[in-house]
Amino acid sequence: MATTTTLTPAGAGLSSLQRLLLLVSRLWAWLFLLALILFFVITVPIFSGINFFTVRNSQNVLVAIVPVLLLGLGQTFVIISAGIDLSVGWVMSLASVLSALALRNSFNAGVPLPLAVLLGFFAAVGGAGVVGLVNGLIIAKLKVPAFIVTLGSSFIVRGLALLWSENTTVVGLPDGVRAYGNESLFYSIRGDHGGFYVFSPPTLTGDMVRQMDRILSWPVVAAMVVVVICMFVLHRQQFGRYTFAIGGNMQAALRAGIPVDRHIIKLYMLSAITAGIGGFLSMLQFTGGSASIGDPLLLSSIAAVIIGGVSLFGGAGTVIGTVIGALIIAVLTTGLVMLNVQAFWQFIVVGAVVIVAVLIDQSRDLLVGRYKGGAE
Amino acid sequence: MSEPILSIRGLSKRFGGLTAVNKVSWDIAPGEVVALLGDNGAGKSTLIKCISGVYQPDDGEIWFGGEKRNFSRPVEARGAGIETIYQDLALAQNLDVPANIFLGREMKRRYLGGLIKTLDDKKMLGESRVGLDALDIVFPSLTQPIESLSGGQRQAVAIARAIYWKAQLMIMDEPTNNLGVPEQQKVLELIRRLRDQGTPVILITHTMPDVFAVADRILVMHRGRLVTEKHTAQTNASELVQYMVGALDDTRAVAT
Repeated sequence: MATTTTLTPAGAGLSSLQRLLLLVSRLWAWLFLLALILFFVITVPIFSGINFFTVRNSQNVLVAIVPVLLLGLGQTFVIISAGIDLSVGWVMSLASVLSALALRNSFNAGVPLPLAVLLGFFAAVGGAGVVGLVNGLIIAKLKVPAFIVTLGSSFIVRGLALLWSENTTVVGLPDGVRAYGNESLFYSIRGDHGGFYVFSPPTLTGDMVRQMDRILSWPVVAAMVVVVICMFVLHRQQFGRYTFAIGGNMQAALRAGIPVDRHIIKLYMLSAITAGIGGFLSMLQFTGGSASIGDPLLLSSIAAVIIGGVSLFGGAGTVIGTVIGALIIAVLTTGLVMLNVQAFWQFIVVGAVVIVAVLIDQSRDLLVGRYKGGAE
Repeated sequence: MSEPILSIRGLSKRFGGLTAVNKVSWDIAPGEVVALLGDNGAGKSTLIKCISGVYQPDDGEIWFGGEKRNFSRPVEARGAGIETIYQDLALAQNLDVPANIFLGREMKRRYLGGLIKTLDDKKMLGESRVGLDALDIVFPSLTQPIESLSGGQRQAVAIARAIYWKAQLMIMDEPTNNLGVPEQQKVLELIRRLRDQGTPVILITHTMPDVFAVADRILVMHRGRLVTEKHTAQTNASELVQYMVGALDDTRAVAT
């Protein structure tokens, strides 16, 4: 047969203005972050007389996003699969408590510090992983909506975290722990006798101490490693492809022979585990385990995921988007504080940004004119 | 006629007191398009689901490719080469064409002795192009989510996927439903092309013009029974309708 079936795409024929708008709407989070930084670089010196664009400030922002980001990374996978995990905040708290207890008790029993820290890590990840496994099993096998399962388990985990921490901060960790959570990869010292150091800072006295900036502290480095792994898994591996397929059309995934139940269980485990790593890192940072650290960050982390362009209906999103979303929230918060704006305004602004983000996503759908009915 | 690829012998399926499929026997040869007609509730869907492994028949035999088969799950029927394309197409709208064609059977690159595997999107794209070319389907871009494609284009993706995975028998449930007229023509053209390449097609449809456009043979079911079997050239639409509503019945004529 000589004839050829040529099929033109339904989205073809956009005007150049529409194309431009489409591009802007795809990249808006990046552009918004850039504009935000530019805004604060100009306004902060004018209104507060201090410099916004400094090494120290950039590092403060990075340190601040670590816990929000770690909660958001696993959540990115879960929401792309058209699920939700409301338990991650308290899972992070639980992991912080468990890792502090494991670290302290093993160190006191004579385990060397690096090994005790490792045990703390396993306690955090293991405890979180168990919660994720239970969440996933109930969601995948018993078909209870994820919203309800993770809401329920968040209360259970909250109870456990408060019980095991005896409603107080788990303290008495060995002194050396501080270094794990606060020392950094690079050090830069300003001034005449300054310099740039890798791994270990020089011994400093007097004013020199205040002129030292820690660049890429260990929790930031750890979070960057998790980000890279998540990007790889979501965008380059079969695991990620299955996640998108389940979020896009679960029936199609089932018919294609994808082990959907098992994959959903893995997704909730992943979500709990990244939250667990977040709990472990904050334990190192504050040299103590606390049941109160995680939950206040839950909604911020979901906001970061949504600002980053993950669709709550599932099937769309990127890891880098979540990173940008977390950065936007952190830059916004830091910038407003430096402008001496009353702290409560942060919430108002972040809330507006979340809603605008979703509006931009929706307008993109209108712009492309997606076909829902299937008819031409 | 050459060896039949699919033979059904005395197939029955009952749901409680209702006999949805009643002792149906029929053959389909390679390269044949058979239209299965019938009113709602005539038993077409149940019969098809017995063949594709969704239901297990209560009586009768299914022979496929010269072997007696008993599919307990749809995946088994698919593994044997019976591919069913349902109306909702079972495609992931948010993924592109190659991702859909290879869904669940992704090609991978191996690193560190298979310890780390990544998706080989480039290879899947190339293979998809080969598969679509074989059916003379041309898309300007294969790498955009298929939700931006039209209904007919998606139908083509579903067919290409089935063909790529070596379907030996294609069952299509109302493939031209919800399509505009030009798109319907393209889908019918694809069905003819499948036949020309030797892949038999069972076409379930209500649309009479489609039947006469592509089918070689026509089967009509009424209340669970196969009431007639005609070559397309030997019948017409009004006669078929009479069989569909039960006014004509070849089995009864023979019996009485």
